Amino acid sequence: MAAVATCGAGAGGTESMAAATSKSNVTSFQRRGPRARGTDSGGPRLVSIAGTRPSVRNGQLLVSTGLPALDQLLGGGLAVGTVLLVEEDKYSIYSPLLFKYFLAEGIINGHTLLVASAKEDPADILQELPAPLLDDSCKKEFDEDVCNKKPESDIKMKIAWRYQLSPKMEVGPVTSSRFGHYYDVSKRIPRELIETSKWHGFFLPEKMSSADKVECCSLTPGYMKLLHFIQNIIYEEGFDGSNPQKKQRNILRIGIQSLGLPLWGDDVCCSENCDSSHSLSKFLYILRGLLRTSLSACIITMPTHLIQNKAIIARVTNLSDTVVALESFVGSERETNPLYKDYHGLIHIRQIPRLNNLICDESDVKDLAFKLKRKLFTIEKISDALKWWSRRS
Amino acid sequence: MKGMHLPDIRMLLQGASPRSSEMFPELNNLLNTTPDKAEQGKLTLLCDARTDGSFLVHHFLSFYLKANCKVCFVALLQSFSHYNIVAQKLGVSLAAARERGQLVFLEGLKSSVDVFFQAQEDPHPLQFLREASAGNLQPLYEFVREALTPADNGEAAWRCPVLLVDDLSVLLSLGMGAVAVLDFVHYCRATVCCELKGNMVALVHDSGDAEDEENNTLLIGLSHQSHLILRTEGLATGFCKDVHGQLRILWRRPSQSTARRDRSLTFQYKIQDKNVSFFARGMSPAIL
Repeated sequence: MAAVATCGAGAGGTESMAAATSKSNVTSFQRRGPRARGTDSGGPRLVSIAGTRPSVRNGQLLVSTGLPALDQLLGGGLAVGTVLLVEEDKYSIYSPLLFKYFLAEGIINGHTLLVASAKEDPADILQELPAPLLDDSCKKEFDEDVCNKKPESDIKMKIAWRYQLSPKMEVGPVTSSRFGHYYDVSKRIPRELIETSKWHGFFLPEKMSSADKVECCSLTPGYMKLLHFIQNIIYEEGFDGSNPQKKQRNILRIGIQSLGLPLWGDDVCCSENCDSSHSLSKFLYILRGLLRTSLSACIITMPTHLIQNKAIIARVTNLSDTVVALESFVGSERETNPLYKDYHGLIHIRQIPRLNNLICDESDVKDLAFKLKRKLFTIEKISDALKWWSRRS
Repeated sequence: MKGMHLPDIRMLLQGASPRSSEMFPELNNLLNTTPDKAEQGKLTLLCDARTDGSFLVHHFLSFYLKANCKVCFVALLQSFSHYNIVAQKLGVSLAAARERGQLVFLEGLKSSVDVFFQAQEDPHPLQFLREASAGNLQPLYEFVREALTPADNGEAAWRCPVLLVDDLSVLLSLGMGAVAVLDFVHYCRATVCCELKGNMVALVHDSGDAEDEENNTLLIGLSHQSHLILRTEGLATGFCKDVHGQLRILWRRPSQSTARRDRSLTFQYKIQDKNVSFFARGMSPAIL
């Protein structure tokens, strides 16, 4: 697909990509005009950023979440300039995996990373990222699985195989032009990849120890500092187009782990009537403002099962773009239920944004389960028989 | 039932209306209005429960721009380019409207970043983002009033001023109390609807069983002041590919207490790429 994303003016410019479309035989549904979210560079430049592709529906620039199955459920990927909120599962076993896939995908594609956490040092998080699967071992894994799979999940795998079009990945510095990769959670990512990548870490205990005077506002100090940190990186490194001399545009991937925990200084998880009840939603609003005006995408994991005030969860959902919730079977009665023995939990796609459009790419399939089988995280549709039994029990 | 054209149903209900060239013509027919004969001095409340009612915002935005009204759009939820691209599908260019002075656009997301990270000299409409305790929305009201009050320099007279807000629930999330938001709506109505004989349209989310008391207060307070309520709801039976939700239209007379019941209609709808099609409950073309 020769389609490229333009980083042109966001104010509805009428410049067309006619030149590009006539050269490459792009079908008529390819829209004309600059569509990529973000910056005002004062003119259409056909720029192709590694690891991105335009959406089929509205030309929106997309990045992979690191999990090709999830990309497909979200309509092709995560739109640049938006927030992906992951509601954590109860014991936070599987949500860190989604977080790590997102960051690992950034490293493979050469994106800049910004990792923020209140409980773990970002450097440690990066050390634990999963290793990317090389082409032939990946193929072997799937060949074994294909024999045991039911027909419907087979179709899903076939669609995922469309990604296997680019040349073989080399060992060593992985430069892949593919969109979406598979990862092996039992292996760590090679050190060289982390060292050659560009990343910024925000570890709350370190940042809070410095006695900067923070202007009084209804945000908790931890959130304030994080917002200033993010804004600083975006401005300094020109992700908002403020530095037109930069030769190569890149994506900033922001990962915020376990937002809302008391470690951030927020009491939204502690009690129902909390004092700083607007702190979290205000933070999300301003973060989204920053994202919309820059070439960045953000993943936030949030322990919503700890938030007792349902109104806050509703507000947070309305202020996020894409919302995915994980529900693991660990510790619940479903763990011993023989019907669910193949799966580790359910995954709910709670919200998909309507961007530049009246409609969104909502998948028809609503009953989805995930499993972490043989080092791979897969998402499958629950078979109909299972659904019927699960509603009876 | 197969082969019965939907226009026949509409004509039965409303009397024949000429199909206009505006987008969402079916919604215009249901509301029995066209841009030429838009009413004045009305408050319209848009409400969505368990679904996304933003298509109504896009409809009213393009409707009033086509009706040659001066529109002040307080867009808190999405960026300018999003609304612009959808409006172009409906046949209106927001950029052009802004150029010729017909549209005053407050882009909440972009402005919030400006006001939050840098102290502004002049009072900014979103000044409350910098404040520690819950303030009031007076700067926002001043912004609206200045945008819609016609200047005396004899410029092109627009038909009537319209204030459109997407959406008021976001103000609650940003620390405003329900009372502050209701005060803001009250002041805006006094200026826009009564003094300037214009219209006001606002979207509020219905949080349903999320026990959001502030939001419920806001919703109930606004429901009593509105002339027209459009309420979209997700289907009680869950997700359906062919029927995206249900729309309930309620005409009210807030100033008069009448013994007559307010008129209401309920339709189901399906959102398409450039249009929304409406049909009577259970009469979706997919199942007929």
